[in-house]
Amino acid sequence: MPIILPEDPTPIAKVPSTENKTGGWRTFRPVVHYEKCIRCYICWKFCPEPAIFFAPPDKHPAPKEALAKFDTIEINYDYCKGCGICANECPVKAIEMVFEESAGGEE
Amino acid sequence: MMKMILTGNESAAWGARLSRPKVIAAYPITPQTSIIETIAAFIANGEMDARYIRVESEHSAMAACIAAQNTGVRTFTATSAHGLALMHEVLIWASGARLPIVMSVVNRAMAPPWSVWTDQLDTMAERDSGWIQLYTQNNQEVLDSIIMSYKIAEKHNILLPSMVIEDAFILSHTAEAVDIPDQRKVDDFLGEYEPAFKLDPEDPAGFGSLIMPEGPYMEFRYKMALAMEDAKKEIRKVVDEYNETFGRDYQPFIEEYRTEDADAVLLVLGTIGSTAKDVVDRMREKGKKVGVARVRYFRPFPTEDIRALAKKVDMIGVADRSYSFGPGADLFAETRSVLYKHTDIPVKNYVMGLGGRDITPAILEKVFDDMLSVAKEGVADKEIEWVGLHGDERWST
Amino acid sequence: MRKLTIPEEEHMLPGHTACLGCGATIAMRYVLKALGKNTVLSIPACCWAVIPGVYPHRALNVPLLYTAFEVTGAAISGIREALDALGKEDVNVVGFAGDGGTADIGLQALSAAMERGHNVFYIMYDNEAYMNTGIQRSGSTPPGAWTTTTPGGKKRMYKWEPKKSVAEIMVAHNIPYVATATIAYPEDMIAKLRRAKEIKGPKFIQIFSPCPTGWRHPPDKTVEVSRLAVQTNAFPLYEVVNGKYRITVKPKNPKPIKEYLKLQGRFRHLTEEEIARIQEYVNENWKALLKKERCSQED
Repeated sequence: MPIILPEDPTPIAKVPSTENKTGGWRTFRPVVHYEKCIRCYICWKFCPEPAIFFAPPDKHPAPKEALAKFDTIEINYDYCKGCGICANECPVKAIEMVFEESAGGEE
Repeated sequence: MMKMILTGNESAAWGARLSRPKVIAAYPITPQTSIIETIAAFIANGEMDARYIRVESEHSAMAACIAAQNTGVRTFTATSAHGLALMHEVLIWASGARLPIVMSVVNRAMAPPWSVWTDQLDTMAERDSGWIQLYTQNNQEVLDSIIMSYKIAEKHNILLPSMVIEDAFILSHTAEAVDIPDQRKVDDFLGEYEPAFKLDPEDPAGFGSLIMPEGPYMEFRYKMALAMEDAKKEIRKVVDEYNETFGRDYQPFIEEYRTEDADAVLLVLGTIGSTAKDVVDRMREKGKKVGVARVRYFRPFPTEDIRALAKKVDMIGVADRSYSFGPGADLFAETRSVLYKHTDIPVKNYVMGLGGRDITPAILEKVFDDMLSVAKEGVADKEIEWVGLHGDERWST
Repeated sequence: MRKLTIPEEEHMLPGHTACLGCGATIAMRYVLKALGKNTVLSIPACCWAVIPGVYPHRALNVPLLYTAFEVTGAAISGIREALDALGKEDVNVVGFAGDGGTADIGLQALSAAMERGHNVFYIMYDNEAYMNTGIQRSGSTPPGAWTTTTPGGKKRMYKWEPKKSVAEIMVAHNIPYVATATIAYPEDMIAKLRRAKEIKGPKFIQIFSPCPTGWRHPPDKTVEVSRLAVQTNAFPLYEVVNGKYRITVKPKNPKPIKEYLKLQGRFRHLTEEEIARIQEYVNENWKALLKKERCSQED
């Protein structure tokens, strides 16, 4: 059987880490209560992964009309490690850390 | 074609200049300092176009070269003894990173006792580093070897850093007539540096990341082993090409002198070789059939050439200008290792010249005489001989 | 539509292996947002050498040279000179190293790189210990802290020496730009990075990056701890431009240091008396900084 050698002479890492779904690390998951979310994006700002991304304004209910035109946010549960910074920093406590239900961490 | 009177260090500086590195890391240490001083003068006078980083330690000198080479440019630096030892960590890094850096090393003793004179322990201690190691015996060879080393190392199937080694003071500070090749001819010979990989915002990648035991760590090391073996072919090719282009006659691995019908041959690294040639001639006149084989490349180790040599002679003496505190000094131990089961001629280690102690023709004559008596006996009286220790009457001249 | 206070584009990918709530990843995220894609990073042995993941993964959209521990200053010098030789003077060269690799083993190479004046960024992310090797004390560990090499015990062998100020050492090198920043104030940090980017020469920024694992606080408190460090004057935010100090966040009514210390398990052994001493230490440093600001602004 032929020996399998890397093509590069030295380790050159090119594969995006997005292959590695760190969502499996979670013990708690952040749940967004959209009726409270004022779309300030502080959670997006502080996420260390980042595992928070923008979603179209009408994807989730807005707490009031004036906010309805702003993009909302969603958690990317493939990568969210459940650190809870988003919940801790949210100025209106719209994010709740909930114990991850199933052992596999699936949605 | 221009001939100048140059010291070994000036020759090294010229070798670097002609090879057009773009980044030079410079840190002083006796007896290498005039290499970087000469280069500084070249750059200051507009005769050399290179960025000159006046680093604050040899460790940083090699680290800066690694980073610059990984960015995609040819680099050069120089050091000696404690500077080389200080670089040890990053020497291994440079070879693992497969960067064809070329470095001048002036062989100098390690302290304590504190000595600036010639001794080979500094480079012998780096034989595990993965660097190509080439020992020179005159200033012309110093200059030529730097140019050849870039060409060999930069081949994409080699990509191993190289040290071009010269003896302290005997070469570094001694002037000889040196032919300086024409710059344009060197440009044609070397070509532009074409990196196999480089740091590039257009193509983001991580160089040198963490690897698990089941990741290809062993495989990357195996590739280095293959490269070091492939280097033998490349060395032969490049030396032939250089000889033809620039009118030299280097033998790639071992420079043999009057070994054809020798009873005993002395294997040697560096300038002991040139003294030995004189002694060989003198002894031949007296009817004593001796020869000298000056090893140029220690890495890759010239296994095949040494085995071929052993077939021709009755005894091999190995001169080492360092000691490893093991089964003999390093050139001896490796020579004997490759000859195991290939020959049963006696092989004996002559440890000499440590700390720059002078190896005179008279001493070498005694060494050759000892070798001839071993050849006659067919077996070495002892394996390791320390030559010329104070009070040892056998070697006094 | 969205109103953001920091640049939107990400240059960091999720799937990296940082601990939950890692301050250093937040720091990197902001650094790359400020400097952009035309950047080359040099990272020594430290948490960030492991965070991008195991080969062949990469977690950044910029090239990254992993190096030996103490060489960041030398490596960024080499990269800079090589890029300039290739005519690529516009590429940002950034050394991104921990406090161990900067204040201790990397100080020599950093000092020399700054003295030589290369056009480079050196960013020290300060989690106040050798975190990658498991929380050992560094010169940057603050007084009173528990670490594995200052584990307390019967002799109360905690770290008591003052925190080595690498930023002040950098000011003494007369480089054109020195700043401190922290992750709880991203707009301040990004403004500083942008200001630094305009300057040609050596730039040093120390980014205070709380570490839940090493500081023993819950991972959701990382940003809060960072904020309290500033609000208690434990870690003042300032910049020094050509020798002139400017404090960029001045708490009107600084909170007592206890508020900051009590969130972190690494300080939980402190007696009232020790906390009082630390409060004094913080006060003295703050006063000294105010004096430097006043003096350096005078003509």
